[in-house]
Amino acid sequence: MTNRTHLRLIVLYVTVGALLLVLVGRLWTMQVLEGRHYRQVAADNRTRDIVVPAVRGMILDDRGRTLVRNRTALVVSVDRTSLMRQKDHGRAVLTRLAGVLGTTYDALATRTRLCGPGIRRPCWPGSPYQPIPVDDKVDAKRALQIMERQEDFPGVTAQVQAVRDYPRPEGANAAQTLGYLQPITQEELDKRKGLKVTGYSGVDLIGRDGLEATYDADLRGEPGLRKVLVDSQGRVTGTAQDKPAVPGGNLVTSIDAGVQGAAEKAVQDAVKAARSQGKHADSGAAVVMDVQTGHVVALASYPSYDPSIWIGGISQEQYDALLGKKKGEPLISRATQGQFAPGSTFKVSSVAAAVGDGYDLRGTYACPGSYNVGSRAFRNFEGESHGDMSLHQALVVSCDTVFYKFAYEEWLRDGGTKPKKNPSDPMVRMARQWGFGSKTGIDLPSESSGRIPDRAWKTAYWNATKKADCKAAKDGYPDIAESDPGRAAYLKAVAAENCAEGYVWRAGDAANFSVGQGDVLATPLQLARAYAALANGGRLVVPRIGRAVVRADGTVVRRLPDPPAGKLPVDPQVLKYIRGGLAGVTKSGTAAGAFNGFDFKKVDVAGKTGTAEVYGKDDTSWFASFAPVKNPRYAVVVMISQGGQGANAAAPAVRQIYEAMYGLKNGKPMVGKDGRLPSELPRPQAVVDQEASGKTGTGKTGPGRKTGPSGRPTTGPSGTAEPDGENGPSGAAAPALDPSVPSGAAGTGGTGSSGGTSGPPTGLAGRRSGAGAAP
Amino acid sequence: MTGLGGFAGPVEGYGERNPWRRRAAGLRRLDWTLILSVLALSVIGTLLVRSATFHLLTEQGRDPEWFLKRHILNLVIGLVLGAVVTVLDYRLLRAYVPILYGLACVGLLAVLTPLGSTINGSHSWIVIGGGFQVQPSEFAKVGLVVVMAMVLGEPRDGEVGPGRRDVLLALGLAGVPAALIMLQPDLGTTLVFAVVVIGMLAVSGAAKRWIAGLVGGGVLLALAVWFFGILKPYQLARFTAFLDPSADPRGAGYNAQQARIAIGSGGVFGKGLFHGEQTAGHFVPEQQTDFVFTVAGEELGFLGAAAILLLLGLVLWRGLRIASQAADLFGTLVATGVVCWLAFQTFENAGMTLGIMPVTGLPLPFVSYGGSATFANMIALGLLQAVHVRRRPFD
Repeated sequence: MTNRTHLRLIVLYVTVGALLLVLVGRLWTMQVLEGRHYRQVAADNRTRDIVVPAVRGMILDDRGRTLVRNRTALVVSVDRTSLMRQKDHGRAVLTRLAGVLGTTYDALATRTRLCGPGIRRPCWPGSPYQPIPVDDKVDAKRALQIMERQEDFPGVTAQVQAVRDYPRPEGANAAQTLGYLQPITQEELDKRKGLKVTGYSGVDLIGRDGLEATYDADLRGEPGLRKVLVDSQGRVTGTAQDKPAVPGGNLVTSIDAGVQGAAEKAVQDAVKAARSQGKHADSGAAVVMDVQTGHVVALASYPSYDPSIWIGGISQEQYDALLGKKKGEPLISRATQGQFAPGSTFKVSSVAAAVGDGYDLRGTYACPGSYNVGSRAFRNFEGESHGDMSLHQALVVSCDTVFYKFAYEEWLRDGGTKPKKNPSDPMVRMARQWGFGSKTGIDLPSESSGRIPDRAWKTAYWNATKKADCKAAKDGYPDIAESDPGRAAYLKAVAAENCAEGYVWRAGDAANFSVGQGDVLATPLQLARAYAALANGGRLVVPRIGRAVVRADGTVVRRLPDPPAGKLPVDPQVLKYIRGGLAGVTKSGTAAGAFNGFDFKKVDVAGKTGTAEVYGKDDTSWFASFAPVKNPRYAVVVMISQGGQGANAAAPAVRQIYEAMYGLKNGKPMVGKDGRLPSELPRPQAVVDQEASGKTGTGKTGPGRKTGPSGRPTTGPSGTAEPDGENGPSGAAAPALDPSVPSGAAGTGGTGSSGGTSGPPTGLAGRRSGAGAAP
Repeated sequence: MTGLGGFAGPVEGYGERNPWRRRAAGLRRLDWTLILSVLALSVIGTLLVRSATFHLLTEQGRDPEWFLKRHILNLVIGLVLGAVVTVLDYRLLRAYVPILYGLACVGLLAVLTPLGSTINGSHSWIVIGGGFQVQPSEFAKVGLVVVMAMVLGEPRDGEVGPGRRDVLLALGLAGVPAALIMLQPDLGTTLVFAVVVIGMLAVSGAAKRWIAGLVGGGVLLALAVWFFGILKPYQLARFTAFLDPSADPRGAGYNAQQARIAIGSGGVFGKGLFHGEQTAGHFVPEQQTDFVFTVAGEELGFLGAAAILLLLGLVLWRGLRIASQAADLFGTLVATGVVCWLAFQTFENAGMTLGIMPVTGLPLPFVSYGGSATFANMIALGLLQAVHVRRRPFD
């Protein structure tokens, strides 16, 4: 062997050794130094997180009857992301799908586009990464067609999902109280911690109104997380971790389906009756409340709607037709959001205020046909004169002039048009103490607060309107002047006065206030609560609907406590006296006709009629009541907007509710022997339903989209099934509509109101003279 | 005493009358370190092949041990082939070199005819039938080594290295099969050829200008390929994907990416034999053949993978030792050729799984599954042993 060969062999030795060292060094770097990183990457690569949707809890009434439950439905959904990845953005797939579903490509395309500024419904308001349900009423045959021909329908899934179902026990609809679900928006999704966005589960729904919204966290449950092992084709090879879904709790409410159904029917009947008498009767509400606890037993609102229309989406046309102005905006709960002048029902507060201000409870007061407030004569209802009477009698016959006198004298004591530094305003203060002018705090979203117009409110209102008033005071109303010069001159005078001193708390304002007219607004719920306080001896309860969250097996997850009650600043003797007055109303007073033949022996009902005038509309009909008189248990309030006199529309409805509750006509009494509705927490009746739908939450492997998680290029898509996270059944209702649509929430609360602001601005002292009367 | 059935040359115990004793003496002259290293690699390889395949076979409803059985059969046949080559007097081999070389070229030509088949994107196979196929380029490596050794290892008097004529002849003889392999195309084997040619030329004592010229020519060729777009874009992409596999993780970079993940996740001790999750999910394609090292990396960890590299290092070291102890230049060159071949394949194969070399289709010597490759490797082992048992007596 030559030296050269020998030398070059040594070079080869060194080269080979060096190369091996490089390999070992690299191995060390990757496995030891970067091992942690690669292990993480490997885990991500190998496992897939699957959100197992939780079954949403049911909403139950006080006996465990289901107001809202889940039913299984075959839902066809479209995955936008997958469609957008296709060459024609899914046009071919959607066209084929339209053929199977019996609709058109355009219909599907508009349903699956994303909502945004300038895009009218139908559009998809939820997360773009969520499958969009396009049909929840497919039959098994068509669902199979889609599932079996996945190659024709990439990005389309048909799967069993749980959707909300409304069994309407005892005819109870309670749509506004129950609320509805909507797909969660991306912002809400981002805010919701702990829920990984898979984009492939139908869990991403959120309660948008009513109890569904208030108790969303309780009802929602906790989605499970399953980590499955997948191979390079995305096939599931095992389960690494399985955290099962925790089904949502069932919400037990104080609503009694029987009473709720009766209340809804009573309001409906009253509206019908009022319409047959030529009244507009555009809406109505009924509230039944346990006066001791504040538990709301029934909360009816007319017009109503079928909440199942939310499932599976709703088009703009459907929305307008079913939920729009033409249908009386049935999303708005008139009971909690409707604001109306309470009329004479308000007098319970005014009596208390007058007595508190020094007027003798047992005194005798004149009830002339009219009373001069300042320079204006304020007349009784229909100008009737009743002579001298007690306060008791003033309530029974609903004498207004007695209250005008109180209000005017108090106003004068406060300094009249030149008020003292700290005017006492006893009636305003008392009304606030009774809970008027502020939210009751009921466990429902978007409650209205009503309105107590006081001096500060007047100033604020004047500041807001004086510009327009001053302009009108200068220019007059030329367009009105053409047809009605007298009215134009009157309006001009009103504007001039409002422009100059609209902020002044006038004698007329005080007088109107005392009888629940003018600018006073209250919700039926506020009134029910005030009457509950009157009935229970002065405790101002906070209305509650939710009582407890229970599991399917009946175990209580948490009890929903009753918030502490307030206290009326009224002597119990005074309250007792007022109760006595109201007890007379139904027998010999304004409601005697409505309660003619009522079985007072079985249940003694006390109440007060209210007829509130609304400018340009029919009167608002009120009846606020409580029963039994001796040991009050329930307050019942009915309001019929544009229903006419309180005695004619609302009082018969209240009577109808009592008759149903106590079984006075036909049918079994709903209250027990103790005269009460059940107070024990019920066990859910529909446990079976719950378990049946619970199965859908665990999910089985369905047809999958075809991209493997790591999409090995050599193999490409080949009918492989994905882990079921992509198509696992969801535990909640199929979603529906643009959340930006006012759901009767903030912004529309005033729609139901029909107070003084709907006419020309309040002004000229005594302008309402003759109009502020209430029987 | 020459020919089959006995060792010739300056053998210890030469003249021993008892043939059994003579053979025992011959066995002692074998390089047992080399043999044991190869056997150890084969056992590890067998286990890794099983690990890489039994999940998929089970899923496919096939015999989960099918690859295992085939691999063991290949190893047995390979060891027999190696033993036969060992007992042959390698110097007599010279007489058969033209035939071997001719056969290799015919095989490579046949691949390009309709007889050839494409498997895994490489047109390198001849399907014999009955589930058997031959990859002539593996055997061509053996042919290349012996034909180069014959031309460059001619006994020379007074010359330090082969003359121009011999070098050109050797290059010409190497060029024909290399060109045929290029046509398949099989870039990996072509590179093996280049490395073997350069290595053998260098050790044969050829002038530096030849070595420099060849290396320079290779670089120029590579640049030409790059600039004139001779490779199709996908080929280029595949070749360069190792630089940044995340650039196209589902395409060209997929293999490189998944290989790194599998190895990196193994850590120091590995996840245990047959317990690799990436392996079980068959994320790495061709895992029993070209990417078998990833199974070792994931399941046996740094310790196991480094042990494999160590064993391969032992093989190469013994090969180089045999080259330097060979009785003649022919023997030295045969051993050198084998070492260059195995060394490059080891570096390229492990390197591509570790992301420092481009991905090409080369098996890991003695570890990967594959009949032709196993046979060729075992024949190479036999060549080394044949040179070893006839080494210079006093060294």
